[in-house]
Amino acid sequence: MKLYEYLGKRLFLRYDIPVPRSKMIEDAEHAAEAAAELGEVVIKSQVLSGKRGKAGGIAFASDPVQARVEAEKILNMTLNGLVVEKLLVEEKLQIEQELYLAITVDGALRCPVVLASLDGGMDVEEVAEDRMIKYPVDVSIGLQNFMTREICRRMEISGNLQKEMIALLPKLYRMFKELDAELVEINPLALTPKGLVAADAKVTIDDDALYRHPQIPRVKEKTDLELKAEELGIAYVELEGNIAVMANGAGITMATLDMVQHYGGAAANFLDFGGGADAEKTAQALDLLLGTDPKVLLINIFGGITRCDTVAEGFVRVKESKGIDLPVSFRLVGTNEAEGRAILKKVGIKAYNTMDEAVSHAVELAKAAS
Amino acid sequence: MSIFINRQTRVLVQGITGRQGSFHTAQMLEYGTNIVAGVSPGKGGHSIEGVPVLNTVYEAMDRETADASILFIPAPFAKDAALEALSGGIKLLVLITEHIPLHDAMSIMEYARKMNAVVIGPNTFGLVSSGACKIGIMPNRYFVPGPIGVVSRSGTLCYEIVGHLTENDIGTTTVVGLGGDRVVGLNFIDVLKKFEEDSETRAVVLVGEIGGSAEEEAASFISSSMSKPVVAYLAGRSAPPGKRMGHAGAIIERGRGTFESKAAALNAAGVTVAGLPDELPEMLKKILG
Repeated sequence: MKLYEYLGKRLFLRYDIPVPRSKMIEDAEHAAEAAAELGEVVIKSQVLSGKRGKAGGIAFASDPVQARVEAEKILNMTLNGLVVEKLLVEEKLQIEQELYLAITVDGALRCPVVLASLDGGMDVEEVAEDRMIKYPVDVSIGLQNFMTREICRRMEISGNLQKEMIALLPKLYRMFKELDAELVEINPLALTPKGLVAADAKVTIDDDALYRHPQIPRVKEKTDLELKAEELGIAYVELEGNIAVMANGAGITMATLDMVQHYGGAAANFLDFGGGADAEKTAQALDLLLGTDPKVLLINIFGGITRCDTVAEGFVRVKESKGIDLPVSFRLVGTNEAEGRAILKKVGIKAYNTMDEAVSHAVELAKAAS
Repeated sequence: MSIFINRQTRVLVQGITGRQGSFHTAQMLEYGTNIVAGVSPGKGGHSIEGVPVLNTVYEAMDRETADASILFIPAPFAKDAALEALSGGIKLLVLITEHIPLHDAMSIMEYARKMNAVVIGPNTFGLVSSGACKIGIMPNRYFVPGPIGVVSRSGTLCYEIVGHLTENDIGTTTVVGLGGDRVVGLNFIDVLKKFEEDSETRAVVLVGEIGGSAEEEAASFISSSMSKPVVAYLAGRSAPPGKRMGHAGAIIERGRGTFESKAAALNAAGVTVAGLPDELPEMLKKILG
């Protein structure tokens, strides 16, 4: 779960990481009031998207009148497809230098890694590799001060700035660990006359660990259907096409979408209803899909832990209670295949043996329907 | 021969009394796996499918030394159970569980490294040495002995592919599921090395997907250190950037981890990437001659 900048900064404050003075606002009037209090300000759109500055979602104002004008402009702007509803109005920092500091999980090394650079700011992705320090942290000992000193040595910083880093980085690591974060990123980390200040905050919390962090506010970054799927324990992503796809397993669902594209069709969604689904869960997944008004329904089941008869039962349950009017292409093999096929046969559906047959048939059906 | 496990491997099942644990214990026994004991705190003294159930891993290890353990433990308790197994002397740990928190997975991996143990998963179907030993949840009938090694990041897709091979009378030496999470115990290279050393494996199928850089790293290993032929299938060609396709790893971020980058790296290493899963048997037949 990605957090908005203002939520990330609230967490920074809790971990005693310096952030600029600020006000959260939702209308232009309050932007003016905030500027009256804070002086020269930066007005920042609160959306879950990077590159806000380049997209026009960040503005500067030197007085309340200008703050109102700029806030008006940004509010209700659409940034990379996201509507701006909230603004963070912050004191403008006197920035001497922009650094970059982050902690994330390195999948290849299987441990946290500190990323640090003297070249922070808008184009950090283009920073040369030797200017971006990567330091893996052994989780059994955690981040020690010697590690921060070593990171500073590699960054070629010393003196007061090194002292500031030694004060700040352990706090950031503690937050990363205690909050089950996947990413805590400060870009830029601003060097000001008063020391280091987190001018931005990008925080992502591990979805699988949210259950142990009830105090962290939930951020909605999904569509209503995606949220409903999440409640049902189904992995669901909306796409642009007209063939509704349902399969059991992330890899095979992706492969099904690839094959739909290969045959010239377009999938309406990614829906993985997982391993070991019962008839009820199958019916719920189907219900969800039918609600999206697709042209064709493509079901691809390779039963291992999932049983074919259970899936067929769930399908028939929905077909009989609600009716399934659209054309269906069904592939059904694996555990309890014969039983599953017999159930489908009763409602006039002949299941395919191979994924290839089922997908190419679905694409033909979609072409005929449009 | 096979890699990681064989007929002699002595296996523990943690969480044996649960719905999944008991079902898959029966399936593994039917396949021929040598399951020596089950662990389920508070349920000691029972038996499941003729397998004695004990309260702790230590108690189980006192009675029956085991080499490997498979976990059917819910995510919030998986870390504790995994560390218990590693502390108790288990050298091969198979974590079937989905949704284990990332920080828990990192702790497990660090401890496993210290204890010199191999972790497979989390979020994996496990591994099978065909015809000899299955430590996992895959359907038994598709895994028949033969000359092909298979290593995969995803489960059902791997069954699909092994199913195509079996239909074409191409069997497997060992099939390993790395797991779909961002932090897993083994990467492609760990398994490719073993297949390269294994005298029975004649060629390898690599089943990858978008996200991360594991396939690119595998490609550079293949080009520098593998003499055996490798063919591949990659899922996620049609996936849009920024959308997470079910697996924690399966997401294209900041332009990295794309299908194109992976396919190009593998091609450059001499690996043919199949357009569709059912092209793999023909490719392998040509290689096997």
